Amino acid sequence: MKVLSGKAAFKGVAIGKVKEFGGKQVEVNRTSVTDVEAEISRFEAAKETASDQLGKLYEKAVAEVGEENAAIFEVHQMMLEDEDYLDGIKGMIRDEQVNAEYAVSMTGQNFSEIFASMDDDYMRERAADVKDISARVVRILAGVEEGGAVMEEPSILVAEDLAPSETLQLDRSKVLAFVTRKGSTNSHTAILARTMNIPALVMVSEAENVDGLMGIVDGKEGKLIIEPDEETLKSYQEKLEAQRKEQELLNALKGKPSVTKDGRKINLYANIGGVEDAEAALANDAEGIGLFRSEFLYLQSNDYPTEEEQFEAYRAVAEKMGGRRVIIRTLDIGADKQIDYFELDKEENPALGYRAVRICLNKKEVFRTQLRALCRASAYGRIAIMVPMIISVWEVQTVKEILEKIKEELRAEGKEVGEIEFGIMIETPASVIIADELAKEVDFFSIGTNDLTQYTLAIDRQNAKLDMFYNAHHPAILRMIRMVVDAAHEAGIWAGICGELGADTTLTEEFVNMGVDELSVSPAMVLPVRNKVVNM
Amino acid sequence: MKEFNYTVQDALGIHARPAGLLVKEAAKFPCDITLKCGEKKGSAKKIMAVMAMGVKKDMEVTVVCEGDKEDEAAAALEAFFKENL
Repeated sequence: MKVLSGKAAFKGVAIGKVKEFGGKQVEVNRTSVTDVEAEISRFEAAKETASDQLGKLYEKAVAEVGEENAAIFEVHQMMLEDEDYLDGIKGMIRDEQVNAEYAVSMTGQNFSEIFASMDDDYMRERAADVKDISARVVRILAGVEEGGAVMEEPSILVAEDLAPSETLQLDRSKVLAFVTRKGSTNSHTAILARTMNIPALVMVSEAENVDGLMGIVDGKEGKLIIEPDEETLKSYQEKLEAQRKEQELLNALKGKPSVTKDGRKINLYANIGGVEDAEAALANDAEGIGLFRSEFLYLQSNDYPTEEEQFEAYRAVAEKMGGRRVIIRTLDIGADKQIDYFELDKEENPALGYRAVRICLNKKEVFRTQLRALCRASAYGRIAIMVPMIISVWEVQTVKEILEKIKEELRAEGKEVGEIEFGIMIETPASVIIADELAKEVDFFSIGTNDLTQYTLAIDRQNAKLDMFYNAHHPAILRMIRMVVDAAHEAGIWAGICGELGADTTLTEEFVNMGVDELSVSPAMVLPVRNKVVNM
Repeated sequence: MKEFNYTVQDALGIHARPAGLLVKEAAKFPCDITLKCGEKKGSAKKIMAVMAMGVKKDMEVTVVCEGDKEDEAAAALEAFFKENL
């Protein structure tokens, strides 16, 4: 028995055979051919097949992860059609009278060396692209099945790291867990695991030469156990059984309304941080998106994201969620979230500083770009806009004025704008106290309990010395939530919770009794919270 | 012959996606379209050549259109660069 440790990216237990991804490399040998024209035709046919495959991958990716993220497959397709690349291959077959596999593989290597030698990280990645497309053509020529891991039985998939193109090709029904030697808890694989609700480990650097062995993934402790002894196996089989029973119970709640025994209904939505997470929300039967953090668009980019880029992302989620409500929070950076190109000054006290809507109302062009993208996307689904860090009525009115102007402007340009609900986050004590006035200006409130707790208790969550003073269920917070809900209902609008407290199942009953209309939680918590609601 | 200069503004330079878009745009015209940047040059209709030039932010490129519909090509590409790069 060997215990390898890494970092847990998603909880759960899995037991099964370990399968190394990409283990099956096609070996390319140089052979000479006599009929070069026949060999060239053979290559051309394989290239056509490869191009078709990439075209299908592109379409699949557009549907699953949006046009922006899918673009790489279109670029792959173009690289495959590149004249210099094709001439290189055909020239080699003709001049050296070699087999197509060899010519493709060598030409791919030559081109990838050009990129690999460039002093630019981004371009160096293109070296992998050329190798990737060449390997695809070679696989087709050799008649080897697609996909680096053809799994006959459900397996624990081990890989260096998984690229989006690779995960898209997986037969997901056969993956028990993901283990990567590299990657991070935010990597593509980790996000996919959360979507699929299966355990995942990252940074398990010692997971080498484990293909075909029996393994256990412990997604709580961050361990991969290879060839477990009988006792260990037995204890994990029990854990797996308990997990299976619980999941079965939760799965039975899919498609069921979140209604208490006495008929009170609550909307159970999901918090997401990127386009890809929408799938996890749907897989867990979320009734909508209660918080779509738009920061990811700004964080993953080296410059202000364009209106078009943002529009694509918002539209992708709106379409994916069908007619379900998608609440998108406008830019919330500053404090602990810094972005270089915003060039924000260092602050003594960033939590009380220049952040969120305060930046938006100063950098109006940045805000306008985001609002235009949101309005345009509203034609494709049920979009709601939510503004963070509000303390005053004038801020809300100013944002509304800007928003109205943008809607008019877009309509004048002949662009369609849908119905948009407008709401604010309640996360400052000031906004709680004046909730009655704010309620007259908006369609809904969403209580951000993380910041509200920090500002109300004057406690920094990162400071371990304050743990003895910290109480997540402090009566001040619970009373504030009640005040906000009452103020909302008084004005005829709805109120929800999108902070961590919303997923605290020990409070679900209290929230429902207060009349909270919506709880937005991480996708994996949707069904556990619904379980609580239907049993009360 | 028709040519223009442009200084790339995009933080990532002419990376994969815009390179793909540029090649598609260039393919719409019958004339030869050459991209020059410093010592390097290549056909704007070939994606590998465009990417291999490794054009980064703040570098100046020269686009030369020669042949049929060179005026239209230069105008369309200049607009393309301003919009995307």
